[in-house]
Amino acid sequence: MKSWSGITFTLWLLIIVTALPGCNSPDRPLTLTLTGSSTIAPLASEIGKRFERQHPEVRIDVQTGGSSRGIADAQSGLADIGMVSRALRPEENNLYGFTLARDGIAIITHKDNPVQQLTDQQIIEIYTGQITHWKEVGGQDAPITVINKAEGRSTLELFLQHFSLKSQDIAADVIIGDNEQGIKTVAGNPDAIGYVSIGTAEFDAQQGIPIKLLPLGSIPATIENVRKGNFPLSRPLNLVTRMPPEGWVKEFINFAQSSQVHDLIKEQYFVPLEK
Amino acid sequence: MSPWRNDRLLAWCLRGCASIAGLIILLIIGFLVLEAIPALQQVGVSKFFFDRGWHPSSLASEGHFNLAPMLAGTLGAAGGAILLAAPLGIGAALFCHYYAPPFLARLYRRLIELLAGIPSVIYGLWGLVVLVPLIRQLEPPGPSLLAGILILALMILPTIALLADAALAGIPREYTQGAAALGFSRFSLIWHVALPAAKSGLLTGILLGTMRALGETMAVLMVCGNVVQVPGNLFEPIRTLTANIALEMAYAMGDHRSALFVSGLLLMALVMALITIVEILKPKSSL
Repeated sequence: MKSWSGITFTLWLLIIVTALPGCNSPDRPLTLTLTGSSTIAPLASEIGKRFERQHPEVRIDVQTGGSSRGIADAQSGLADIGMVSRALRPEENNLYGFTLARDGIAIITHKDNPVQQLTDQQIIEIYTGQITHWKEVGGQDAPITVINKAEGRSTLELFLQHFSLKSQDIAADVIIGDNEQGIKTVAGNPDAIGYVSIGTAEFDAQQGIPIKLLPLGSIPATIENVRKGNFPLSRPLNLVTRMPPEGWVKEFINFAQSSQVHDLIKEQYFVPLEK
Repeated sequence: MSPWRNDRLLAWCLRGCASIAGLIILLIIGFLVLEAIPALQQVGVSKFFFDRGWHPSSLASEGHFNLAPMLAGTLGAAGGAILLAAPLGIGAALFCHYYAPPFLARLYRRLIELLAGIPSVIYGLWGLVVLVPLIRQLEPPGPSLLAGILILALMILPTIALLADAALAGIPREYTQGAAALGFSRFSLIWHVALPAAKSGLLTGILLGTMRALGETMAVLMVCGNVVQVPGNLFEPIRTLTANIALEMAYAMGDHRSALFVSGLLLMALVMALITIVEILKPKSSL
């Protein structure tokens, strides 16, 4: 009998503990939930803060999880708005997409690396392990350290898609998570090559971090060229919804696309679009 | 209230606390199993060990799900770290107890405690910007099993040193006094009396250190290179099970996500196996 009462006691405690977070006050402010791309999330939460200041009755809740989650949550209705840092695919045309800004991917090497330019074919051969030495592309006498992004990241997807590669084909020496990790790895290794978000790369290069952005197809990797749409390896940053937006969702999307947030977009080193 | 009743109340409360602690572990394991089941069913257990590689996809039929290289990476990094940190940590504790003058011992202990308090991401950052470039000069690319071992050894060193210190402090005075009375040299005292008497505590320290090394994520993620492969030598990059989860969880969907829970389950199994082994090795009655 003794042990049974112990168990009942524990169960009651558990029930109380699990029930506590469920007590929501009924008059809480209306919440818009955004989930998806970790590239867009910091920008979206800045835009959200400014929107909340103008409309105190609305709360903007931003969660990351990658573009695929943005698509999935928008489709399932788990989120009011999904964040997707790539162009929508044909099978995703049941969603409504709104482009906020553009982002580009830059191929980066160490500043001291004498190689000034690589052709698309050379980049493909470096990433598939056919070229393993900088000498083969006119560089110093050193083996190439190939840096790749982790599986599932949209930067990786965009890179693979642009060069028509499969992730199985890539012979990487280092696999990184976020952009900063990639930049630090290249900055610490004169023989490394990697690719990261162009905004972060241009910012860090200006801050004196020893990295160099390589041109692609002889087009310099600059924010300016991404804005013009010239740079081949760039992507739109999209907000997506399941239904045509209305009410607060529409208000928020209009606000995010307006010139009122261009300063925020520039602060995150993305490229705002002229409407 | 009679003292007897008080006793019973306390016993009940403690019993409740203990069951909650136990239940939490069971809930975590249950949750892991529940999340891992879809992948275990779709992919099959054998593919997690004998597939062509780790190229997960949200559909099991399209992806490859071999976790064995990451298991090898985890064991290699943690094992190497323990081999380095255990003698150093126990040596540090012995130094504190039997050789250092008291003021130096106190200072040294504070220093070790400070080392234990540094967040792992700081170790990782230091590893990424200082240690990895150094290793690269020895042999490129730099991020490697060796970098992981060194960082992990540094991180678990204070755990082992502090627990060894506590274990040595717990040795009954009569033991050391008896040894001194018998005319033992300081070395024989340590070797024949102190270490055997503190064996259980030292093992606990090493076990806790191993656990921390197995579970460490951020620092390992930053210095190990994260390439999925069985390392051929110390200079090749590896990916650990924890780094695998941290790298990919945020972006994983469907069977890929579920497969990451399988790697969590595998890590859990590894830890449980380790605890079992140490339980068996441990002297049955410690003193």
